[in-house]
This record gives sequence, structure tokens and C-alpha cells, in this order.
Amino acid sequence: MKGETQVSEKVLMLGNEAFARGAYEAGCKLSAAYPGTPSTEISENIVKYDEIYSEWSPNEKVAMEVAIGASISGVRALASMKHVGLNVAADPLFTVSYIGVNGGLVIIVADDPGLYSSQNEQDTRAVARAAKIPVLEPSDSCEAKDFVKYAFDLSEKYDTPVIVRTTTRLSHSQGLVELNERLDIEDKPYVRDFAKNVMMPGNAKGRHLFVESRERALAEDGYDFPINTVEYNDSKIGVITSGIPYQYVKEALPEASVLKLGIVNPLPRRLIEEFASKVETLYIIEELDPIIEEQVKSWGIGAIGKDILTVQGEYSANMIKKAIKGEDVYIAEAAEIPNRPPILCPGCPHRSVFSVLKKLKIRAAGDIGCYTLGAVAPLSVVDTTICMGASISSLHGMEKAKGKEYIKDWVAVIGDSTFLHTGLNSLMNMVYNKSTGTVVILDNSTTGMTGHQDHAATGLTLKGETTYSIDLEELCKALGVSKVHTINAFDTKKLEKTIKESVGLDEIVVIIAQAPCALLDKSPVTKQYTIDQDKCKRCGMCMKPGCPAITKKEDGSIEINDTMCNGCGLCVEFCKFDAIKSVKLK
Amino acid sequence: MDTKNIMIVGVGGQGTLLTSRILGGLTIQAGYDVKLSEVHGMAQRGGSVVTFVRYGKKVNEPIVEEGQADVLIAFEKLEALRYVHFLKKDGAIVVNDQRIDPMPVVIGAEKYPENIIEDLAKDHRVFRVDAIDEAKKLGNSRVFNVIVLGLAAQHMDFTKEEWLSVIEKTVPAKTVEINKKAFEIGYNL
Repeated sequence: MKGETQVSEKVLMLGNEAFARGAYEAGCKLSAAYPGTPSTEISENIVKYDEIYSEWSPNEKVAMEVAIGASISGVRALASMKHVGLNVAADPLFTVSYIGVNGGLVIIVADDPGLYSSQNEQDTRAVARAAKIPVLEPSDSCEAKDFVKYAFDLSEKYDTPVIVRTTTRLSHSQGLVELNERLDIEDKPYVRDFAKNVMMPGNAKGRHLFVESRERALAEDGYDFPINTVEYNDSKIGVITSGIPYQYVKEALPEASVLKLGIVNPLPRRLIEEFASKVETLYIIEELDPIIEEQVKSWGIGAIGKDILTVQGEYSANMIKKAIKGEDVYIAEAAEIPNRPPILCPGCPHRSVFSVLKKLKIRAAGDIGCYTLGAVAPLSVVDTTICMGASISSLHGMEKAKGKEYIKDWVAVIGDSTFLHTGLNSLMNMVYNKSTGTVVILDNSTTGMTGHQDHAATGLTLKGETTYSIDLEELCKALGVSKVHTINAFDTKKLEKTIKESVGLDEIVVIIAQAPCALLDKSPVTKQYTIDQDKCKRCGMCMKPGCPAITKKEDGSIEINDTMCNGCGLCVEFCKFDAIKSVKLK
Repeated sequence: MDTKNIMIVGVGGQGTLLTSRILGGLTIQAGYDVKLSEVHGMAQRGGSVVTFVRYGKKVNEPIVEEGQADVLIAFEKLEALRYVHFLKKDGAIVVNDQRIDPMPVVIGAEKYPENIIEDLAKDHRVFRVDAIDEAKKLGNSRVFNVIVLGLAAQHMDFTKEEWLSVIEKTVPAKTVEINKKAFEIGYNL
């Protein structure tokens, strides 16, 4: 049985790794991104190719503009981001649609159906439709690579940025990919083009006409694009699908005829009408919003889609079988057992800061990062999470709406990477508009949640080269904040005193709570803590900060798990009976 | 050959991604089509994580669904219980006899179920190992996941040599020897 499929020349690649490979093979020369699950590994793999200049930009808008500049200068350029990052980059996106490209411009955007690591479930295709930008959608790692190459060709042929849309499942699945050589693409010459590159109203009017004709041309030419494929089988059931749902359709309905769309905006109308006319019942199977379905129905074509399938979460073969064939394929019920939500790691410096806020009964306007987990029990100090940078500006909004007394039991908490992403503008606004309030920058020297990426204040570039490291304290002072305190995040006494004083003041205070992410230091733990059972009164105070390494056993005794404890010592400060002792490890 | 479905479940941070890399390498070395699906991002921070591995002649769907898994490899016993309904009727459960309390249990809002392994064994073929204990004997508790993988290897159709050669290629050079030893412990249980 073994060896029946000869694929040894192929390589197993994560979808995101394959996107990076596609950019490499397409002759791409520049890549810019801000980390965001599930798109992060695209840049982390592109950095392996020395032929491509690659960077972490401070946010997605900057990344997009860096890629646009490279395109204007005549090289193939890539920007990648998660779906909510595209919102940040929407301003340049909507106008570069008018400008078009010189060197090819591809934007890879990762949606997150099922919300594995996001704050909303928005559909990038809707944004792309509004911006009138073509969208390609691969369905496995192999296509991830090939579609990026095709996207660069389309971009240059049609003078348009092209979005390649992925989802968490595709980005984080591995499949076999055949590797090819890098194309030798010559830089396009730069020629000043006032009417195309300067989007002042008079020029933009002309370019809008161009955009509309480009949309019509793409919709018409899509009939022949090789990335759209038709598989005619039984004509009773016809399915229009794209991306990862195609794989579920093949598994659930092997007998069905399938039109797999490689381009999902603009839709190849003639191809769809032709396919629809050859099948009895037409289903449209797409995750998230009914983007294809609503357009197809608007052409007077009868189809079934969201009538029987959800707009939420991920699909699966079983779900499709059940919806279309009425087959209930589940053989057993899931057990009713305790949930296991994500938590702050043992030794996480955020836990230390949150335990102080909890003690002081202070609420936190939160932001995007691991520290969102401070919203859940037992810490429960983070009251709001909206988007990158919103902690500081929403605290300011509360202060302006309700007055400075109202926010005396509030602080804003924001990570170092998030602060540099969009928190900076919010702090500037507080100063400018004469606000008061306390901002705590949780400075763990990395972009934590996405898996430790460098940023402008870590002193290292994406390539790992040393660079100028922004001093957060000086930066805040330069913005006009006169009271800035940098404190070790594990010095709970000093933190408590400083926070207590700060929230009482009628001015802006920034507290930089500094300690590296517990996962950054990969060296073996040299010190741990253990509980002296003779001294322990089993009061449970040490469990207040919610460290996962500390558990209460059936008999009521409390234990520190020696496979999890990383020796941060936070629990020691909570014990009033001196029952937690340190143990030196070899 | 029908597509084989393997699931690796555990708690974020237990090293499920390393194990899936080893399994992926193994299946392509043997010439199969393969798809793996992983969890990155927030859930990796101590949440429940699952990796799907599917291999065979041609694989479409990258995920394993309810009632389809041939082998369920669980690095923690509550996670074995969470995903047991993904198992085929005659599927095998390989479980590390470790208890990690989830936060609702730590704060006393819920109780950790008792006798998980005994209950699972009533309806399923269950193979248990206290891999942390075995790994500590080897001098590095971090290699426990490769011990569990060794035990799982007994229930999969690859030779010991194939496994060892992939482990050698996958783990960091400094840890090849200890990981090979860890695999042998599981494989010989």
C-alpha cells in the first residue's frame, strides 16, 4: 500500500508558507506586513528568501503604503495582513484601486471564520467589492503558491492591485506543494504619470471610469481564467464554491457537478450562467457572507445557499452532507466537560499587573493582544476590547463624556507592539485635547500573541538585523506626557503605589510595566517554587492571580506543578504564611 | 487505501506542533498525499488545541470530523474525553495520563471529571502512559510528547526505522538522541 502515490519531489507546506513561496517564485522583491493571526507566517517564511526585502511595518496601513511605493517604483510587491488589518489599511486600499500598479501589487488577506484568534468575523470579499479590487481564492497549499503567481500576472495585465483571500483553515493547514524556480522579472521603468498617480479630484474622476471598465473586463475575461474550473458529474446537483469549502464539497458530494471559482470578485458571470443552465439544483457553498449567492440570485438564477447554510463559523463535509442530503453523520455526542479557554501563561508579566489592578479594584479599557485574557476569571479586570489602539482613545472618550472623576477607577492597558501600531495617535490625542487618565503600557518586548515578532522598540528587524530601538518612555514624553514611570512588571509593590497615585491625579500618566514575555526566554528554568504543606493554611490566596501552575487537589491541599512553574515568584507575594519556598534547579 | 485520520489533542504549549511536523514528514516520506491542520494564535495560550492529520491516496478535506479518527493521540486526559466522539468505533486512543486543570476547575467553578481513562476504556481501545514520569526518568520532561508518539506508533502502519529517521530530521540537532530514546520508550511499552 505504501508508496502508491509518488510525491517525493513535493514539499509539505503550511498555506502561509506556500503564499511566501508563491511570492518568491513570482519574482516579488518587497514584502511588508504587521503580524496578525492567521496571516503572520507569510512574512515569517518570506524572510527566508534573501531576494525579497521584507519588513514588519508598525501597522497595516503603513505596510500597504510601503508595498504601493515599491509597485510605483516598478517592482512586484506584496502586503499581507489579517482581515481586521485590512480595515486599518482601507484608506490606501480604496485609492490604490484607482491608481493601479506599475510593478504587480498583491495583498494577501486572511479571514478568520470561526474566530480562532480575532475580534470579529468580517468577510474580506465585501471590502474588496467596495474597493473594486479583484479577489482570488485558493483552496489548498498548492493553489496558495500558484494563485499568488497568477495574481501578480493579473495585477500587471489589468493595472490593478489584486487581493488573494485566505482563511485560517487554509493558512494553517499543510499540504503538498511542488516547487518551481524563481521567475526573472525585470523592473518596470518608472515614468511620471500625473493622471494615474496623483489622485486629486480631476484625475480620480478619470481613474474611476477606468476602474469601472476594468471590473467589466475582468468579469468578462474570467470566463477563460484557468483558476476557475468546472467538473461536470451528475447534473442533479450543481455546486458553485471556492476556497477551502471546495474541499468539503468534494468530500461531502463526490457525485455533484462543481464550478470552483478561483476568482470571486468580480464574478465570471457568463461562466456561472452556463454552469447554472446545465444543472438541476444549484447550490452556492461559501463560508461567511453570501457574497457570491446574492449576486448570482440578482441575475435571476435560482440557487440555494444561506437558506440552509450558516453565515457563521467554518463549514465541514459533515455539515454540507447534513444540509444538502439530510444525512446525520454524527455518531456520538460530545461529552459535557469543563471548557479549556486560553489563559495567560505561567510567569506572564501581564498577570502581575492585572493582579495589582484587581487588588485596587480598577477597571481596564483593554486592547488587542494576549492581555485581552485579563478579561476572564479569576482576574476579570479588563472591561472592554475593541480594536488595535482603542484602549487609550476609548478611555479618553469616557473622560470627555463623563468627566475626570468618572475615570479615577479606570486605566487603559495596551501592549508595546499595539501601542506602536495605533496607540500612539490615541495618546497624542489625550495630550492635545487636555485629557486626564492613566495608561499602562504592558511592555513585554515583543508582539506576543502572534508568536513573538519584533517591532520598532525591540531593536531587531524582521531579518534579525539590529536597528534603532525606540525608547517608549522618551516617546511618551515627546508627545507631551510629563509623568512617565517605567517599572518592573513583577515589582507589585511599586506598581500598586504608582497606579494608586496616578489614577488620583488630574493629568495624564503613562506607566510602562516592563518584563519580557515568559515564552521569550527559551533557556531552562533555573528556579521554581513549591508549597511547604506544613505552613500552608490552604487559604487559596496564592491562587488569586490565576496561575495555571497552581492547583487545588481533591483533599484541599494546594500544589505547584513543576512541569509548568517558571519561577516568576508572583504567588509568593500573595502568601501571608510564608509557605511558598523557592527551589534551585540544576 | 482509505484515507487515515489521526488527531493530536492537548493543551496549548504542550508541543502538538512538533508532533504534527513529525507525522507530516513520516507520511510524505512514505509517499502519501497528506494534509495537516493546526491551531495557531490565541488558543495556543493554554487553551484546548487540536491537530488533524489525514493521509492516503488523495486527501481533500484538511480536518477530521466526528466519527472519523483512526487514532486519537491525547497529551492530556481531559482533552481525550473532549474529542473522543471524533473516534471511529474501532479507533484507538493513546493517552498521556496527565491532568492539567483548566481555569474553570482552578477557580472552583467546575470539577475535573474522575476516572477518565477507565471510563474511556469501557467503549474504546485505550493505551495509556504516564509520559511525564517516563520523560523525567530520561532527564527531560519536555520530551514526553515523543514518548506518547512512540506509543501511538504501535497503532499506525509505519516501521520503527521510518519513525526514527523522521524524528532525526525534524527535531533540533542537539535533542536528536534524547528524542530517539523517548520514542523507543513509548514504542516498547
